Amino acid sequence: MNGGVIDTGLIDMILLAFLVAITWAIVRLRDLFGAVMLTGIFSLISACLFMVMDAVDVAFTEAAVGAGISTVLMLRTLALTKGRSEPHHNRLELGPLLLVVVIGAILIYGTFDMPRYGDPQAPVHTEMAARFIEQSGEEIGIPNIVTSVLGSYRGYDTFGETTVVFTAAIGVFLLLGVPRRGRRAGDALRNDIVLRISAKALIPLIMVFALYVQFHGDYGPGGGFQAGVIWAAAIVLYTLVFGLARAEKIFRRRPLELLVAGGVLLYGAVGVVTMALGGNFLDYDYLASDPVAGQHYGILLIELGVGITVAAVMVALFFLFVRRRQV
Amino acid sequence: MAAILDLSSWICLVAGSFFALVSSLAVLRLPDYYSRIHGAGITDTMGAGLILLGLALQAGISLVTAKLALVLIFLVLTGPTASHALAKAAYRLGLDPVLNSEKDKASSSR
Amino acid sequence: MVDVGLYNYWAVIVLMMTGLYVVIARSNLVKKLIGLNVFQVAVIMFYISIGKVDTGTAPILEEGIEAYSNPVPHVLMLTAIVVGVATIALALALVVRLYGAYGTIEEDEIAEMDAAEEL
Repeated sequence: MNGGVIDTGLIDMILLAFLVAITWAIVRLRDLFGAVMLTGIFSLISACLFMVMDAVDVAFTEAAVGAGISTVLMLRTLALTKGRSEPHHNRLELGPLLLVVVIGAILIYGTFDMPRYGDPQAPVHTEMAARFIEQSGEEIGIPNIVTSVLGSYRGYDTFGETTVVFTAAIGVFLLLGVPRRGRRAGDALRNDIVLRISAKALIPLIMVFALYVQFHGDYGPGGGFQAGVIWAAAIVLYTLVFGLARAEKIFRRRPLELLVAGGVLLYGAVGVVTMALGGNFLDYDYLASDPVAGQHYGILLIELGVGITVAAVMVALFFLFVRRRQV
Repeated sequence: MAAILDLSSWICLVAGSFFALVSSLAVLRLPDYYSRIHGAGITDTMGAGLILLGLALQAGISLVTAKLALVLIFLVLTGPTASHALAKAAYRLGLDPVLNSEKDKASSSR
Repeated sequence: MVDVGLYNYWAVIVLMMTGLYVVIARSNLVKKLIGLNVFQVAVIMFYISIGKVDTGTAPILEEGIEAYSNPVPHVLMLTAIVVGVATIALALALVVRLYGAYGTIEEDEIAEMDAAEEL
C-alpha cells in the first residue's frame, strides 16, 4: 500500500474539524457523564487521525488507553463522587480566555518558522531518524522500527516509563487501598444472559489477541503497552459482567501486586545481566553470541516485562477504583 | 474483471457510508432513547459490514481479507451486545419508552 | 494533492488552547481532568504531525518501500500517552479522596472550606 498515492490532506482536515467540534462540545456541556463520553470519542477519532498520519503504534496505544482505561476510570470516579453536572457553569471567564488566546497566538506565530506539514526535507528527518531507519535493519533485524527504537536504541526511556506506570500504581494503592465502610458496588449485570454469553465468547478472544499483539510487536504495530492494556480490558469486561467478587477470586490481590513489580524487575534484571556479561546496562549485544540474536532476546524480554507491568497495573487500578465503596 | 471488482467495491463503500449517515441522523432526530439505540445499531451492522465488504473486494483473497472478516465477526458480536446493555441499563434505571396511545400506557407495567 | 501547509498545526494549537481553557476556567475537578486529557492528546498530535513525511508510510521495514515516516516522534509519544494515563489515574484517585474529605469536587467550594477552617 503506497502511502503517497492516497490524498490524506483532506482527510486530515476533516478529522481535525471533527475534533475541534467535539472539544467545543466538551467545553459547553454541563453534564459530566456526557463530557466523559465525549472524551472517549475524542480519543478514538484522534486514533484515526494518528493512523492517517502513519503513526500506527501510537494510534493503537491511543485507542486502547484513551478510549478504554481512561474512560472507565473517569466513569467510576463520577460514580464515587456522585458527580452529575457542574453547578456553576457557562460563566465565560475573561481572564483565562485572554490568557489562552495570547498563548495560542504566540504558538501560532511560532509555527511560521516550521517546515510545512509533511515536508521530506525537514531537519527533523535528517539526523537521528535517518540513522535509525537505515541501520536498524542490520543492527537489530526486526521490521518494526518503532519497536526497535523503543526497545533497544532508547531502552532507558522505556525503562523510565515502565517505572512511572509502576509509581502511579503505588500512588493509587496508597490513596485508595485502605478499605472502609460503605455501600458496595452492585453486581447488577450478572443475571443478564446476553451479556454473559457475549462476555464468555469475547474474553478468550481478547486475551489471545493481547498475546498476539505482545509477541507480534516486532513485525507490525504492537508491543508491551498495547498488549498490557488489551489484556486488562478483557479482565475489566469480566468484572463488569460477573462482578468484582468473582473477579477478585481469580485475580488475587497478592499475585497482582507481585506482578506489578515483577515486570519492572524483569526489565532491570535484563540490564543487570548484560552488565554481568561485560557490556553496558541494557546493551543486548552481549546476551547471545550473535549480536543481532542478542538484540532479539533483549527486546523480547523487556517487552514482556513492560507488558506484565502494564497489564497488572491497569487491572490493579481498576480493582482499586471499583473496590472503593461509596459512602 | 478488475473493473467489476472496483465498481462493486465502490458501490459497497458508498452504500456503507450512506447507512452510517442515516444512523447518525437517526441518533440525532428520533424522539425516544430506545429508538435512538436502534438507530445507532445500524452503523454496527449495515454501515460497518458494507464498508468492510467493499474493502475486502479491494484487497482480494489475502491476509488482509481474513483480518477484515475477523473485524466483522468482532463487530457483529459486540455491536448488538452493546445496544442490549444500553437498553437494559436504561430500563433498570426507570426510563420508560415513549408510547403513543392510551391503551399502550395502560398495559405497560414493570 | 491538497497542500495542507501549516493548517494542521494551527488546528492542533486550537485544540491545545481549548483544553487549557477548560483546565484553568472550570472549577469542577473532573472537568479539569477532562480538559487536561484533551490538552495531552493535542500535544501528542502536534509531535506526530511533525514526524509525517509526504510520500512515506508507516515505519515498518518492508521490501520495495523507499520513504518511511519518522519513527522518533512515535516512540516519544508512545511514552507520553502511557505516562498521561498514569497521571490521570493518580489524579482521579486524588479526586476521590478529596470528595471523601470535603464532600464536594468543586474547587472553589474546597478553597472556601479551607479558608473557613483557618480562621
